[in-house]
Amino acid sequence: MTQNILLAGFGGQGILFAGKVAAYSGLMDGKEVSWLPSYGPEMRGGTANCSVCISDDPICSPLILNPDALLVMNKPSYDKFIHKVQPGGVAVIDATLISDREEIKGVKTCYVEATRLAEENGLQGLANIILLGKVLKECGFASLEAVKKGIEKSVPARKQHLVEPNFRAIELGMSL
Amino acid sequence: MKGNEALAEAAIRAGCRHFFGYPITPQTEVSAYMAKRMPKIGGTYLQAESEIAAINMVLGAASAGVRAMTSSSSPGISLKSEGISYIAGSDLPCLIINVMRGGPGLGGIQPSQADYWQATRASGHGDFQNIVFAPSTVQEMVDLTFRAFDLADKYRMPAMMLADGMLGQMMEPVSFPEDYTPIKADKSWATNGHQNKRPHNIVNSLYLQADELEQLVVDRFARYEQVKQNEVLVECENTEDADYIVVAYGATARIAKAAVKAAREKGLKIGCIRPITVWPFPTEEIAAAAEGCKGFLCVEMSMGQMVDDVRLAVNGRAPVSFFGRTGGVIPTPAEVLGEIEKLAGGDR
Repeated sequence: MTQNILLAGFGGQGILFAGKVAAYSGLMDGKEVSWLPSYGPEMRGGTANCSVCISDDPICSPLILNPDALLVMNKPSYDKFIHKVQPGGVAVIDATLISDREEIKGVKTCYVEATRLAEENGLQGLANIILLGKVLKECGFASLEAVKKGIEKSVPARKQHLVEPNFRAIELGMSL
Repeated sequence: MKGNEALAEAAIRAGCRHFFGYPITPQTEVSAYMAKRMPKIGGTYLQAESEIAAINMVLGAASAGVRAMTSSSSPGISLKSEGISYIAGSDLPCLIINVMRGGPGLGGIQPSQADYWQATRASGHGDFQNIVFAPSTVQEMVDLTFRAFDLADKYRMPAMMLADGMLGQMMEPVSFPEDYTPIKADKSWATNGHQNKRPHNIVNSLYLQADELEQLVVDRFARYEQVKQNEVLVECENTEDADYIVVAYGATARIAKAAVKAAREKGLKIGCIRPITVWPFPTEEIAAAAEGCKGFLCVEMSMGQMVDDVRLAVNGRAPVSFFGRTGGVIPTPAEVLGEIEKLAGGDR
């Protein structure tokens, strides 16, 4: 069983971080994992995306073109990837930032007001993790316990106070 | 860990305490990691004023008999080529990392394999070779780093890690060996201070007497022959019953393997050969596989460079075709599968 998750948005939205959490979660569950970022010359702005593969078998290509799950946080990435999702897959979309609403045959689309929910719940900057929580609920790429361990691994030592808000964001996403 | 960081950590654990570099995407994390770690363990991290300076610092450090390295990406390796030739001409061991990006010129910053010829044929002027490793996973980047330092010491020659932007930037789980001890190599040639207890050593690549220089080069090539005999690394999968064999190295081999797996699921008898050292090249293994095989497909992120070595190895026993993307474009498993089906489709 292999799950290919593609995360996409603007640089600075925490796309690569959310991908790292997903990859570490798979690792905590004892799976084979890979995390491949798109990389560009810019630190912020521009589009950023990353491919995360979680599998029972060694991973061949770490580059995902047709994801089983898409997490998307901006319009350019939405336009680029929404029709690339595998049939039977799921797309989780930040509906605060993307106004398009589209039904895609064979794909479950989840429009989540993640940025608004983050602000209302004192979780500013954690819309990415709320969306990841929704992806987790829809396709169960790891156990919640593993995801929490993944968060602890991914949050840098000097930002340990952000571990708990990340836990809340994941749980909020899973409740939607 | 990220490929670049895993490689840097492996180098430190292999006993490297002297890193000289200059930043360039997509290998900058190697430098950044070294900058953080080296001062804490009593090592030297130096960001040189240019790639040329960095490789010549490696020459200096290696002359003293210590494990030294530098790291760069394609355009930077071109700048280092003069120094690499001097290091080879001085019979010094060192490790050179090339995290390849699209070229020629400044090119782009996305993954590429277009420096294969440079690494295996002409990483500088003159008659010489580097031992060139082509890792395909982050774990292999770690494992081969230890081996590269050992073999460089053993044969007194530069070793090169030929990675690419995808491997450098991606994260995968890695484990480091628990009990590594560096190979025992004679370093009595090192210019590390003689304290009037022995004659002084000279490290040099200038020999104005033609016959003397010729003899040195011939002796060096005798050593290269040993490397060719003993140090080839290659992975062969499903080649015994294969009608067609895909040959690919590095990150591209992962993509090729996905395509081969899909082709076998469709009932096609496809094998896969992945050179892990590209110099020395697994000529014998490919020649052996060519017996009873209908054809080869070489897949690269270039316009076709390793395919030359595959053709030389196959030596007319079977047709060799090529598929590649270049300039930083990564081939997809579907594209490679399409090429396999074009070759093998008629046999179904």
